[in-house]
Amino acid sequence: MAELLVLGIESTAHTFSCSVVRKGRKGEILSNVNSVYRPEKGGIHPREAARHHTAVAPEVLKECLDAARVGIGELDAIAYSAGPGLGPCLRVGAVVARALAYRYGKPLVPVNHAIGHIELGRLLTGAKDPVVLLVSGGHTAIACFGSRRWRVFGETLDLTIGQLLDQFGRAAGFPSPSGPLIESLAKRSDRFIDLPYVVKGNDVSFSGLLTAAKKLLSKEPLEDVCYSLQEVAFSMLTEVTERALAFSEKGELMVVGGVAANERLRSMLEFVAEEQGAELKVVPKAYSGDCGAQIAWTGALEFEAGISVPVDEAFVRQDWRFDRVEVCWSS
Amino acid sequence: MLELVRLVKKGAEASVYFASWFGEPAIAKVRFPKAYRHEKLDRRIRVSRTSSEAKFIREAREAGVPTPLIYFVDLKNTAIVMQYVDGPRLKDVLSPDTVGLCREVGRLLARLHAHGIVHNDPTTSNFILHKGRLVMVDFGLSIHSERLEDRAVDLHLLKEALAGGHSDIAPKAFSEALSGYSEVLGEGAKASVVRRVADIERRGRYA
Repeated sequence: MAELLVLGIESTAHTFSCSVVRKGRKGEILSNVNSVYRPEKGGIHPREAARHHTAVAPEVLKECLDAARVGIGELDAIAYSAGPGLGPCLRVGAVVARALAYRYGKPLVPVNHAIGHIELGRLLTGAKDPVVLLVSGGHTAIACFGSRRWRVFGETLDLTIGQLLDQFGRAAGFPSPSGPLIESLAKRSDRFIDLPYVVKGNDVSFSGLLTAAKKLLSKEPLEDVCYSLQEVAFSMLTEVTERALAFSEKGELMVVGGVAANERLRSMLEFVAEEQGAELKVVPKAYSGDCGAQIAWTGALEFEAGISVPVDEAFVRQDWRFDRVEVCWSS
Repeated sequence: MLELVRLVKKGAEASVYFASWFGEPAIAKVRFPKAYRHEKLDRRIRVSRTSSEAKFIREAREAGVPTPLIYFVDLKNTAIVMQYVDGPRLKDVLSPDTVGLCREVGRLLARLHAHGIVHNDPTTSNFILHKGRLVMVDFGLSIHSERLEDRAVDLHLLKEALAGGHSDIAPKAFSEALSGYSEVLGEGAKASVVRRVADIERRGRYA
């Protein structure tokens, strides 16, 4: 099989990133350059994030190609994140991808961002048929593969875990994304304050927890609130993950998405993986958040299976659910 | 006098044992502490689910939904001893030939809903096929509610379990369940719950 060189462009939310991967018999990330939009205060404003992406795009792209020592002419295909995500942000990545594809006559490959997290996770962890826990700002879902699709086994009924952490962080005056600061403050406490714990079957609900935790901010020490918030939210995720492992009887648990970097969540998941006889595989920290590599790698898998779109049909879809994607490639 | 004979299933939430209760065959469902979560939180979850499960198993029977008889509730050890119901789980017998069983699943859920109960974990593991009838178990997450949202979550959970565990027949199985649901609660109730299920699905991803 000939080797493929694919450029991936990621721009679903706060991160603009480019990456080049090589796919032979194995996959190799040749470069991955991220530029993250960090608002001075508050959360991500889609328009401001898109402005950031537009401003940094040429430099990120150049740096990515230089680091990979690859010229645009050598590429076999250009992949871009087509959704789900914030419209203005998605469109920046799509415009860059379409422009390059048109100018250099390269095939264009749309990639679902969540599938990107999963496929890159499989490449990097070697997981074969795992229960997937996808935890990020955009998603909180548990999925298993069956009949050519990733099937959602459980998910959040309202906020994602990333939204919970960021919205709590915003109320506490933390910079966005707030997860890392919440984690480091939580490490300083072991005093547990009761907060709403809502699990419905395989689904979780975080909205009541967010409201209650915000109310505690003015009454209790910050470390204790951060600690209790993490304990409750991650216990909920761990419980539903254990349910999925018990129900599906799969031997692997793979964790992907930005919140996979949290050590407390990881230690809880280690417990249930062991209880249920599954091997825990966590995507490496450098690739847990949004990155071009997830798009480039999935794009390579798709392109090899014959997927590409003409420039004038290269869409973005803000609400493109990952369980709607028919997986016709093998990896 | 309880004697645990053998572990039947180590679930996510509890371990289920085949047991002997004063010499009679029984099932013991024990919620052991979960080491991953804070002790205080862990105790709270185990006690409240044990006592509420026993209560809902009884109430469900009053609603016309077959459930095991409760023999004993031990809150100190967070354990419930109940009737042994012989038979396979729906999960293990559901196939293109038996997809009609899902109609009964829909009926049972509707009967619960009609009595103000929401099961909150209607997966195919939680129905036992006993002498041609479905017996419903695992009420640890059940709540009292007549809200459309909560009822829709119940059906959404069923849909997820079908998609996750029976992807080949999931659409057919779910539509059977909806038919059974409307047999009990009527076409109007079914239509509004189906609309809300669609809402919930749109919400969970990229809000």
